Amino acid sequence: MSQTRTVIVGVQVPDGTRCDIAIVGETIEAVTPTAKGPLPTEGPEATTTIDGTGLVALPGLVDLHTHLREPGGEDAETVLSGSRAAAAGGYTAVHAMANTFPVQDTAGVVEQVLRLGEAAGYVDVRPVGAVSVALGGERLAELAAMARSAAKVRVFSDDGMPVADPVLMRRALEYVKTFDGVVAQHAQEPRLTEGAMMHEGIVSASLGLTGWPAVAEESIIARDVLLAEHVRSRLHVCHVSTRGSVEILRWAKNRGIDVTAEVTPHHLALTDESVRGYDPRFKVNPPLRSPDDVTAVREALADGTIDVVATDHAPHPPEAKDCEWAQAAFGMTGLETALAVVNELMVQSGAMTWEDVARVMSYRPAVIGRVENHGRPIAAGEPANLTLFDPARRWTVQPDGLETASPNTPWAGRELTGKVLWTWLRGKPTVQEGKVIP
Amino acid sequence: MIQLRHLLATADLDRASAVEVLDTAATMAATQARQIKKLPPLRGRTVVNLFFEDSTRTRISFETAAKRLSADVINFSPKGSSVSKGESLKDTVLTLGAMGTDAIVVRHAASGAPHRIAHSGWTNAAVVNAGDGTHEHPTQALLDAYTIRHHLAGGTGDLAGLSVVIVGDVLHSRVARSNVRLLETLGANVTLVAPPTLLPVGVETWPCAVSYDLDQAIDQIKPDALMMLRVQHERMSAAGGGYFPSPAEYQREYGLDVPRLGRLADAAIVLHPGPMNRGLEITSAAADGVRSVIVEQVANGVAVRMAVLYLALTGKEER
Repeated sequence: MSQTRTVIVGVQVPDGTRCDIAIVGETIEAVTPTAKGPLPTEGPEATTTIDGTGLVALPGLVDLHTHLREPGGEDAETVLSGSRAAAAGGYTAVHAMANTFPVQDTAGVVEQVLRLGEAAGYVDVRPVGAVSVALGGERLAELAAMARSAAKVRVFSDDGMPVADPVLMRRALEYVKTFDGVVAQHAQEPRLTEGAMMHEGIVSASLGLTGWPAVAEESIIARDVLLAEHVRSRLHVCHVSTRGSVEILRWAKNRGIDVTAEVTPHHLALTDESVRGYDPRFKVNPPLRSPDDVTAVREALADGTIDVVATDHAPHPPEAKDCEWAQAAFGMTGLETALAVVNELMVQSGAMTWEDVARVMSYRPAVIGRVENHGRPIAAGEPANLTLFDPARRWTVQPDGLETASPNTPWAGRELTGKVLWTWLRGKPTVQEGKVIP
Repeated sequence: MIQLRHLLATADLDRASAVEVLDTAATMAATQARQIKKLPPLRGRTVVNLFFEDSTRTRISFETAAKRLSADVINFSPKGSSVSKGESLKDTVLTLGAMGTDAIVVRHAASGAPHRIAHSGWTNAAVVNAGDGTHEHPTQALLDAYTIRHHLAGGTGDLAGLSVVIVGDVLHSRVARSNVRLLETLGANVTLVAPPTLLPVGVETWPCAVSYDLDQAIDQIKPDALMMLRVQHERMSAAGGGYFPSPAEYQREYGLDVPRLGRLADAAIVLHPGPMNRGLEITSAAADGVRSVIVEQVANGVAVRMAVLYLALTGKEER
């Protein structure tokens, strides 16, 4: 079979140098500094050349926190539409959260989601397994069965619901050690957040909306890092949103506790001031926090206290947001805007390099999720999971123009800087010249 | 004359426009002493009272106000406000719009619901907030300010220099939020008195003082007006065992009883937005005593709501 070769010429790789990258089949054939001589031309006859001038090549992004909604929520998203959105955002692997219907709490359901991902073919869909049966928070789901299944589940989470019971959390942390799993906790003390609709602070007091206090997140993280230390297991903290959480994580890491953490693009970018117009597109859990919290999570991402950026892409159908605040669903989409937001806030500001971006959006999430063949450096012999990003391209976000099936982006009508132009999954383009392959 | 596009929160009003609303209300009140109370300015206009929450007194007050101005009034009280239970808020508002509604007076359990109706492109009608969740109740604050001005400021101008103490469940009170902002705009000095459990996090940024001690507030501030907020019995069964230990303890610490009533200045007045829990936040001696202006507040409510509807709906054609 004659293979084609794709050569990206003069593109910036994460370490800052300009290189030519050759892709043959499913593999990166060669990476050579530009102007250091021609790339190999022997072998396959057909060569496609892409001008990489001004573009940045990143290893295919890996999302630790995606809601694909299928099965059960196909009015909001399907594995296919969500996979296309992921590819459009530069992702080559996503972790599909367990709060589907039926819940991803058995080998059968996680394998179904795996198969849907394979059929879609845009990204590797890695199902997350529920910690507890039906996310009920009462007894462990069959974690080993999911781990041993074809889906090879390694990340377990009741996301959307916290594992509130400290004994259940302890058991889960202990049990996942069998297969090198990790428990990803949605840190929310339920009693402190009854009826909570936004960050508790100056804005909630003014708007008369029930507050979701920072302490409800921080107290669970504090408990969980101590549990992880006690049972010597691996904890991942979802969507960290407060300064106090960052300080607890910093303390835990200094102490040698095996904890990792993620932050979402929206918690890096937006504050509770966005809620003042009562527009439910800004209703999310955990809620948008104070400006001081936003500063803290940005610093923590830059200094490594927070390991990764994860989208918490949470699609909802229009009617779930076109209503009064109290009635609206929590969550916002993020797959297609995440890299642009990180570019604007962290790279253009000088807080992070492209190597840092590769670390927080590809290398580290792949390590945490134990995702094979993703999050690998851009080097000869590595799998050709890549994305090409134009960090200067400005575009206005229009919900209708996105691949996700739901319109609940917080960026609607706003201009973002940076656009994914190409994505390859194992050498096969999923995005070509800014368009998702049909 | 000012034009109110909507009235959603008292922060929408600066001092001059707040005073003008009160002056307009005074003009309206003067006409209400006549034998024939009906005025013509809103003839042919339609006002819908859209009440998702039961509130007979506020609805009747708005209905009376609109009818005295010759508007056609439609009362609509959908049962339940959730998508699962019935029609969505959006569809309800679209339906009313299709019938040619000029103003929607809305009471809703969800904070911000009037704001959504006004700003989501669902309707062109003027929206008047008649109480939304624990957010605001601006016409209540206007009628309170009107009542205070009538008794303590000669019925004209603003409330500069007057001290007002508001006592009770500030956390859940839309009346308190609206009053703090409006009274401050009008130049009054406001102090909130409540147990810390019934004060919102962030209250320290409000334009008012805060105290946990009613006796100290009465003796040190010597308030010109004392406003007692309703305390709901269900606040005792909330998470954590409730916001205060018992009605008896609340009454002892924060109730307006006879000794506290006796320590008020001679000219001081007592307000309550109603409905009252006699024996809890207010004793009958205070509610029915000479300082009480509680029944007057109800009468003034009609005049204030006439003024708001008048300012929101007249001159609208030119826009």
